[in-house]
Amino acid sequence: MRDPVTIAAAPRYRVEVRTPLSTAAAVAGLCVVAALVALPWYAPRTALKDMFFVLTLIGLAQCWNLLAGYAGILSIGQQAYVGAGAYMLFALSIFLDLDPLLSIPLAGALAALLAIPTAKIIFRLNGAYLAVGTWVVAEVFRLVCAQIKSLGGGTGTSLPADVTSGAASVRLLADLMAVRAPVARDILAYWLALTFAVGIVAACYLVLRSRQGLALAAIRDNEAASESIGIDRARTKFWVYCLASLGAALIGALVFYQTARISPAAAYSVTDFTAYVLFVVVIGGVGTIEGPIVGALVLYALSCCSACSRSPPCCSFRAACGARWRNASTSTCSRPAGGW
Amino acid sequence: MASGIDIVLQGVLLGGLYGLFAAGLSLIFGVMRLVNLAHGDLIVLAAFAILALVNGLGWPLPLAVVVAAAAMFVVGYVLQYVVLNRTLGRDILPPLLLTFGLSIFIQNGLLEAFTADSRRLSAGDLETASIALGGGLAVGVVPLLTFATAVAVIVALNQIFYRTAMGRAFRAVSDDPVTAQLMGIDNRRLFALAMGIAMVVATIAALFLGIRANFDPSIGPARLIFAFEAVIIGGLGSLWGTLAGGIVLGVAQTVGASISPEWQLLAGHLAFLAVLLVRPRGFFPRAID
Repeated sequence: MRDPVTIAAAPRYRVEVRTPLSTAAAVAGLCVVAALVALPWYAPRTALKDMFFVLTLIGLAQCWNLLAGYAGILSIGQQAYVGAGAYMLFALSIFLDLDPLLSIPLAGALAALLAIPTAKIIFRLNGAYLAVGTWVVAEVFRLVCAQIKSLGGGTGTSLPADVTSGAASVRLLADLMAVRAPVARDILAYWLALTFAVGIVAACYLVLRSRQGLALAAIRDNEAASESIGIDRARTKFWVYCLASLGAALIGALVFYQTARISPAAAYSVTDFTAYVLFVVVIGGVGTIEGPIVGALVLYALSCCSACSRSPPCCSFRAACGARWRNASTSTCSRPAGGW
Repeated sequence: MASGIDIVLQGVLLGGLYGLFAAGLSLIFGVMRLVNLAHGDLIVLAAFAILALVNGLGWPLPLAVVVAAAAMFVVGYVLQYVVLNRTLGRDILPPLLLTFGLSIFIQNGLLEAFTADSRRLSAGDLETASIALGGGLAVGVVPLLTFATAVAVIVALNQIFYRTAMGRAFRAVSDDPVTAQLMGIDNRRLFALAMGIAMVVATIAALFLGIRANFDPSIGPARLIFAFEAVIIGGLGSLWGTLAGGIVLGVAQTVGASISPEWQLLAGHLAFLAVLLVRPRGFFPRAID
């Protein structure tokens, strides 16, 4: 028989929702974001472009991390939504002449709608076959876009000048900051990238803290067990897929607004929008919020190193991509949880 | 009517090529549940190996193919034994990431070594030879040879699987790796052997790929997609199903191409998605996974 006194004396649980470290991280995070918001005032234009690359990569990587790291959906076809978002943006800009501030979010949302029927088809597959299924879907999107003659068909097309540098929002920004229109366009794209990246990271954080996030963590840890405690696995996976596709589509629209030039091969590039993203998440650590951010910075640092290491930058860059992949691959071998 | 038959016939023969691409993939999936995303690039690597032996050393094509096949067997064996075996396990993420990385690694390596030029293997007069079937129909010798080889490869693989001690070990490991180990089977060596055989098949596929069309370092992923579609349409784990899947894909592509050249690839992919909608596990599934 148990003595009632020992039960009373058993240590009480203490629930901690905040540690000194997490508070410090939050404050540091806010400072970094504040510094990034102010970047256009003190940094050169090239720095803005570099940061644009890093921020869009963080956004894409975070979305992929939510898919693969938490929901267990191993997609190698998220370039489908990057490309779809980009093509929607070009359609809205060329046919409807919308301002980028309006057309970029709208393009993202419209492209994400495509995820609904797509999910219905590809979720009939499992695991590795789902991965290839998503890739086939991306190929289908690419081939369909290549058929749209009014958007340049297989060769692609450019954004009209009155949407890029001539857009109302860009001109307003140029007047306010007293810079030339092309510079204002870079600043606008940069701020949008920052908004999307911070928004996606924050959204992931909030999602993971919610009831749905708990369900996700349970699915990640053990699919069968999660279903036995009443989690609707299919529904959870479905909305995570839609959410991640929305993120990819928004970033896609933004990236090709900044580039101002689109072609099916570029918009649906496996290397740019899946291989790099995988690299970033794997190096950073799958299934963590900070992993993709760390990974994106590592990739950026590596591409800076490789750019100056050999004379023909293009070929060394390509070789470096290969070498980098090798590193990523060996690191998955030795440390399956990622470098972080 | 004759043109309709012609389209289907050419599609079936094209399906033989896709069956060859897919046979190696199907084999390694069947034995070790490994999905090799670098399979397409390994085929292209084999094609470049044959090309290097023929152009660089001036060897005749058949000798080059045999030597390349032997070399690819070693590559596959070592790759599986040293690298891929470590990633096999419950989690499917590591092998997928590793082979995806390998795919990009091979592409960039080939680009550095052979540049981005389109190349092809030369088979002399055989390339353009054809056999008239009457009624305005004719089939090319190379496509016919491709199809016959695909059938022969699958017959041979089935013989290995069902008639040899090694095949019995393959099936045992495939059914239950733990119990197979208890019976004294060395899984790691067996997996390496399976990958080696898959690479020999890949070299045969590479030969016909190179004779039939141009290739360059970047075409691997597209071949991989065709191979996968063939495997999934046919049903996981069935080699004859894989050939049937290749034929479905080939016919869909030639029918698409007869509507408009732009529709060739799209029709193949759409046929794949349609099969998924109707029969998510393919036509002749054996493996449950």
